[in-house]
Amino acid sequence: MEIPRHWRLKQQRYSLVGEVCPHCNHKIFPPRDVCPNCGDEAKELYTFSGKGEVYSYTTIYEAPSGYDANAPYTVALVKLKEGPMITAQLTDFGDQPVEIGMPVEMVTRRMRNDGDERGIIVYGYKFRPAVAA
Amino acid sequence: MTDVVIAGIGQTEVGEHWNISLRQLAFAAIKDAVKDSGGLKPQALFVGNMLAPNLSNQAHLGALIADNAGLTGIEAITIEAAGASGGAAVRQGYLAIASGMVDVALVVGVEKFTDQVGSGIDAALATTSDSDFEAVQGMTLTAQAALLMRRYMHEYQVPADGFAGFAITAHANGAGNKFAMFQKAIKPETYIKAEMVSEPLNLYDIAPNADGAAALILTRRELLPTNFAHPLVKISGSASASDTLALHDRKDLLYFDVAQLSAGKAMKQAGIMLDQISFFEYHDMFSIYAALQLEAVGFAIKGQGWKLAAEDKISLRGKIPCATMGGLKARGFTGGATGVYQAVEAATQLRGQAGANQVAGAKYGLIQCLGGPASTAVSHVFEKIQA
Repeated sequence: MEIPRHWRLKQQRYSLVGEVCPHCNHKIFPPRDVCPNCGDEAKELYTFSGKGEVYSYTTIYEAPSGYDANAPYTVALVKLKEGPMITAQLTDFGDQPVEIGMPVEMVTRRMRNDGDERGIIVYGYKFRPAVAA
Repeated sequence: MTDVVIAGIGQTEVGEHWNISLRQLAFAAIKDAVKDSGGLKPQALFVGNMLAPNLSNQAHLGALIADNAGLTGIEAITIEAAGASGGAAVRQGYLAIASGMVDVALVVGVEKFTDQVGSGIDAALATTSDSDFEAVQGMTLTAQAALLMRRYMHEYQVPADGFAGFAITAHANGAGNKFAMFQKAIKPETYIKAEMVSEPLNLYDIAPNADGAAALILTRRELLPTNFAHPLVKISGSASASDTLALHDRKDLLYFDVAQLSAGKAMKQAGIMLDQISFFEYHDMFSIYAALQLEAVGFAIKGQGWKLAAEDKISLRGKIPCATMGGLKARGFTGGATGVYQAVEAATQLRGQAGANQVAGAKYGLIQCLGGPASTAVSHVFEKIQA
């Protein structure tokens, strides 16, 4: 059981809450203690739009334990509109092929079960094809 | 500064050692290294290991391995830096000897993958990535390498068989290494026909997880007995560097920054230029890692590392021989033992004892191991001391 570990990340997992550096305006996700751009302390929260594009992707057929039931699934590096890159699963693609550069948007989905059927269900962000505005 | 020399080397066969435990595996390598050194008595033990707490429910390997080797009383600790643990342990041994605080150091790298089977191993390996923001997504090191490889192939227009040369070279060299897990050369069509694991990465782009242990005895040159039995090899450069743990946090995902940084520092310390290096032992846990290391260290410009393999320039008689004893692909990926295997192999080359795999006139060997996608990189330059 890892409840505190997941609980404390709920803002990141459910809402993509990162930071904006008060010194250099650099957008940061996930939150860090030190801005990777200017080296000053980062602490101002910033909610990302959830829009981005696929930088790279692949499919996992043999999943690590805890994810076996979901396999096969597609994972990607997604470049967020505001700058940071993020590691996430892709979802809701149906028969649509994934391509590098494809616009995607964040949704909240079930990630894994923590242990047996009575364990917590971990929810978090995944990305689906962007719905045209 | 006084020379830190390799006084003894030992290694076990790499493979699936179902009937041998972690401690026994380590001892087999230690026994050979101590014997090879002419019976030097270690004062300190540095254990390189990546996953024993996870795979074998065993931490505290320093005391465990010293105890089992009949060495209780000596200083003994574990060094962990994921896949770079072995190189990091070699560096700790080097620092201890170079400082003068320890006269004889024993470095052992050991990994015991087969204490578990199946998806537990991928999950254990994933603990070396960012648990909160990579592994939680069901990400594995293998899939991460596939992401890198796809982007690389996209940016540099690499053909589907562009990475075949890495596996072909590794397996050709594994054929001459009796300790290697795979000792058979492969044909180019074997790569093309190989089963896809995570597109575009196929089975032959991945080094197999395997059990193994390797050991070194380090000392200062003046402490060697006058009748020392082997050609002398010293550590003339040693450096380690760390990058962002998560791959997605890199400024440039397709450049292994700290592979460059640590290799550059080690070469500078050794006082050598790139063209003086006789062979390069890279960390080909995945073929894309090998390509990115060749570029970072400077053997190829960005986006061209794969061509060195495709154009046969990394074979034993090529421009820059790599994976001379099979590399991770054919010798096997022995987790935290990897950097110590590389050290044993480099010492074997520089002693001139590599048999059919001997790199002619080898004088400087560069070895580099990585933790994750170069989140840690440890580099060493080994040098043959001319008699």
